[in-house]
Amino acid sequence: MTRLLNEKMQFWGYRRQDGRVGVRNHVLILPTITCATQTAQRVTELVSGTVTFIHQHGCAQVGTDYDQTARTYAGMGMNPNVYGVIVLGLGCETHQAHRIGDEIAKCGKPVETVSIQDHGGTLQTIAEVAKIAVKMVQDASMIQRELCDFSELIVGTECGGSDACSGLSANPAVGRTSDLVVQQGGTAILAETTELIGAEHLIANRAANDQVAKKAYAVIKMMENRSIQMGVDIRTGNPSPGNIEGGLSSLEEKSLGAATKSGTTRLEEVIDYAQVPTKKGLVWMDTPGHDIEQLTGMVAGGAQIVLFTSGRGTPTGSPIAPVIKISTNTPMFERMNENMDLNAGTIVDGTETVDEVGRRIMDEIQHVSNGKLTKAEILKQHDFGIWRIGPTF
Amino acid sequence: MSEYKTLYLSKEDSVAVALSEIPEKTSVVVKVGQDDLAVTVTILEPIRFGHKFAVKAIEHGADIIKYGEVIGAASAFIPAGAHVHVHNLEGKRGRGDKIAE
Repeated sequence: MTRLLNEKMQFWGYRRQDGRVGVRNHVLILPTITCATQTAQRVTELVSGTVTFIHQHGCAQVGTDYDQTARTYAGMGMNPNVYGVIVLGLGCETHQAHRIGDEIAKCGKPVETVSIQDHGGTLQTIAEVAKIAVKMVQDASMIQRELCDFSELIVGTECGGSDACSGLSANPAVGRTSDLVVQQGGTAILAETTELIGAEHLIANRAANDQVAKKAYAVIKMMENRSIQMGVDIRTGNPSPGNIEGGLSSLEEKSLGAATKSGTTRLEEVIDYAQVPTKKGLVWMDTPGHDIEQLTGMVAGGAQIVLFTSGRGTPTGSPIAPVIKISTNTPMFERMNENMDLNAGTIVDGTETVDEVGRRIMDEIQHVSNGKLTKAEILKQHDFGIWRIGPTF
Repeated sequence: MSEYKTLYLSKEDSVAVALSEIPEKTSVVVKVGQDDLAVTVTILEPIRFGHKFAVKAIEHGADIIKYGEVIGAASAFIPAGAHVHVHNLEGKRGRGDKIAE
């Protein structure tokens, strides 16, 4: 399939009150505290069209760590893939459900807040949340998709379970896709600051201005300093044992491969974890290399779709954003086919070019935006993890 | 000469990547692009898919180059054709363990 380079691409999406466009139409049961996650889970078993996630956060958190967790919860609720939200709290936690609910409601979507302690326990709360959810799901089902431009998309990119092929096949192909998304007027997020250590100069050289370049070096320094303060070799955690088995010898080597996901366009800004980009184009979100934590940060930052390359293979998905998983090598694509959506191993095999695979990924973004389900969605892989930056008290 | 596939990314690189299992004592030819001079390397030990071998001798302490960039330093003398990995390559970044008290 050939497409002219400058041809405008569109998809059928759900336009929200705040003008943003979703590619999915979920009702999210959002537990702000770990104590409410089981109750939320029960509701999703009862009511079709609802999603939730399990986590261990939301209480005894303070300062910037409190803020980052609150921003992540609110961002999940505000993501345009979500039609409406039922925020579920226990009642006594630091991350009060009504505060998160008020924040989400600012974007104009339906939000209800329920507390387990106010409803006299688990069973009454399940009944109450389920009743609200039934109505919300039916309302959501009345929303029609409309034709939208690719410029409305925020596409997250990440790599996990990397091998020596990652930097040769899938990551450069995603870099090509990133360029095409930017060319369409959309936004591509580069994440995993840890995995840019040793390659930061290559990205910072593409910064829109000195301030952006300075922030790029600053987030790298902060991340590297964390390992230095701990007195450890970062290689004990990253590259991981699987990366090393796959042939990657150092963090710098992994980073140089990971950085190719960013393509060739100008770096417009460096944003905080779970922050919504303020600019279109290529944006760097400061996240750790941990697969689920960076995925959650990008989705909370408004990414409707995430591209995830893997050499070792991974089941990862998000409760609200489709994750397109791209294999770096053909043997793994065949071995873990129920988890992997696309194969970039063809580049190593010599049967396809980086450019061709980049375009194939772009076509897949269009299909998935229109409603095609990813493997992770079909397997209900609803992963969620917050990058915690302070201790629990 | 063998048919083993390898990837040699940049002229400055001191390592190349095996794109198939290469047995020891095999001679492989690595080259960058179409026109550049090809280098013949005799592989000293089996190299697994995705792993690296030295295309030239690397002195102890010297930078190891891949993608035309530094990926670490040699923690021992590495002869041409040897497997290059965590046993003889040390990363230089994020090394809290190297900071003196």
